[in-house]
Amino acid sequence: MKRLFPILSVITAALLAYALYEAMVVAPTERTMGDVQRIFYYHVPSAWTAFLLFMVNLVASVVYLIRRNPKADALAVVCAEVGVVFCTIVLVTGPIWARPVWGIWWTWDVRLTTTLVLWLIYVSYLVLRRFSDSAQTPVLAAVLAIFGALDVPLVYFSIWFFRTQHPQPVIGGGGSLDPGMGRVLLINWLAFCCFAFLVCWSRYRLEMLQREVEEAHAMESLVGADGVSAKASLPLNRSPR
Amino acid sequence: MNSLWAVTLATLKKDIRLEWRSKDALNSMLFFSLLVVVIFSFSFDPTAEESRQIAGGLVWVGFLFASVVALNQTWARELRNQVLDAYRVSPAPPNSLFVAKALGNFILVSVLEAVMAPLFIVFYNLRAIGPAWQLIPIGVLGTWALVVNGTFFAAVSIRTRSREIMLPLLLFPISIPAVQAMVEATRIILMGDGSARFWIVLLLTYDVVFTTACLGLFETILHAE
Repeated sequence: MKRLFPILSVITAALLAYALYEAMVVAPTERTMGDVQRIFYYHVPSAWTAFLLFMVNLVASVVYLIRRNPKADALAVVCAEVGVVFCTIVLVTGPIWARPVWGIWWTWDVRLTTTLVLWLIYVSYLVLRRFSDSAQTPVLAAVLAIFGALDVPLVYFSIWFFRTQHPQPVIGGGGSLDPGMGRVLLINWLAFCCFAFLVCWSRYRLEMLQREVEEAHAMESLVGADGVSAKASLPLNRSPR
Repeated sequence: MNSLWAVTLATLKKDIRLEWRSKDALNSMLFFSLLVVVIFSFSFDPTAEESRQIAGGLVWVGFLFASVVALNQTWARELRNQVLDAYRVSPAPPNSLFVAKALGNFILVSVLEAVMAPLFIVFYNLRAIGPAWQLIPIGVLGTWALVVNGTFFAAVSIRTRSREIMLPLLLFPISIPAVQAMVEATRIILMGDGSARFWIVLLLTYDVVFTTACLGLFETILHAE
């Protein structure tokens, strides 16, 4: 497994470079928006990757609540963290694209608002993890993830009814996307997914290592305290466990 | 079923009696929302037409902030003398504790709203153009939406460090659709701007979904170790 990591890193780097070339050079220039539209190849794949990661976070949270498996919890943390990063990229590239095209930085449209609320929920998820005591954190966080998942459809419907400005979904919707653009988009998404997977993987290893270290510390202090109390109560020297 | 209601009622009575004797939460909430009314009123100084447009937002944001005061002390009271731990080991059903706490908060926030609503009307010269009676179901559903999740997340936030600040951080993102529905429905009725039915249905959906979720997951939270 460990040998796979550098191989995958090289593949991801190559794929990212290729995707950059495709997005900047090969993809056709959009007729009305011009070169600004190329931000599309970063905006949309980031969004898809973020949503994918949040979905994995939800599944891992549910699995944790049922099985109480610490690995599921570690996966949930990792996906939430990396997901927030990708979601931030979406929220930053969005206004940069919107300003020249729509003439405004921000609007309270369905997908913008839903993405923002999703981002807020997951930031509060990370804050909760940061501020609670280690033993209870996984349960509380998993419950919050479920609440967030219930909330998102409601946000979507409320804003959908309220107003909408965002272009209709280009893929799977009524719009038509140039096949050349679609190909570049998919290449970019593949590259982003590989990159996200790579980051998640190393973060997951780090998380598991951190937990091992914490556990070892806890054990050490437990044994240490035991040794002291044993020494204090018994004059005979017991061998430490 | 009988014991469920008996425990719920006993806890509710206890909480109301405690609140009635001290009136800590109620007084601070009332004063807090009075300050919100006054400060908003003189920082905007709106005309009658403008106040119809913004009052829905002001009222609900004021109540949202004020209800955090009540919600924060819901469980904090049970931490002293390890009452919550006693509850955990007792055979009483956890959901009846939750329902009692949520109902207690609901009553508290409703009292606050009943007292503050006339003040809002006075300060903002409000007069509803649409059907004003619809404000009652909106008020009930909206208050329950704030309180049910608030009670739940208060139980989450007492497990964290700096718990007072944690509650709004957890509650507000989740409450966004509910707040939007309350504000929009109130605005539509004040301005006589069409039908508020969609928003009332949305609030009802929000209430049903999250009440179910809270009842389903409260035991997990209570026993999280």
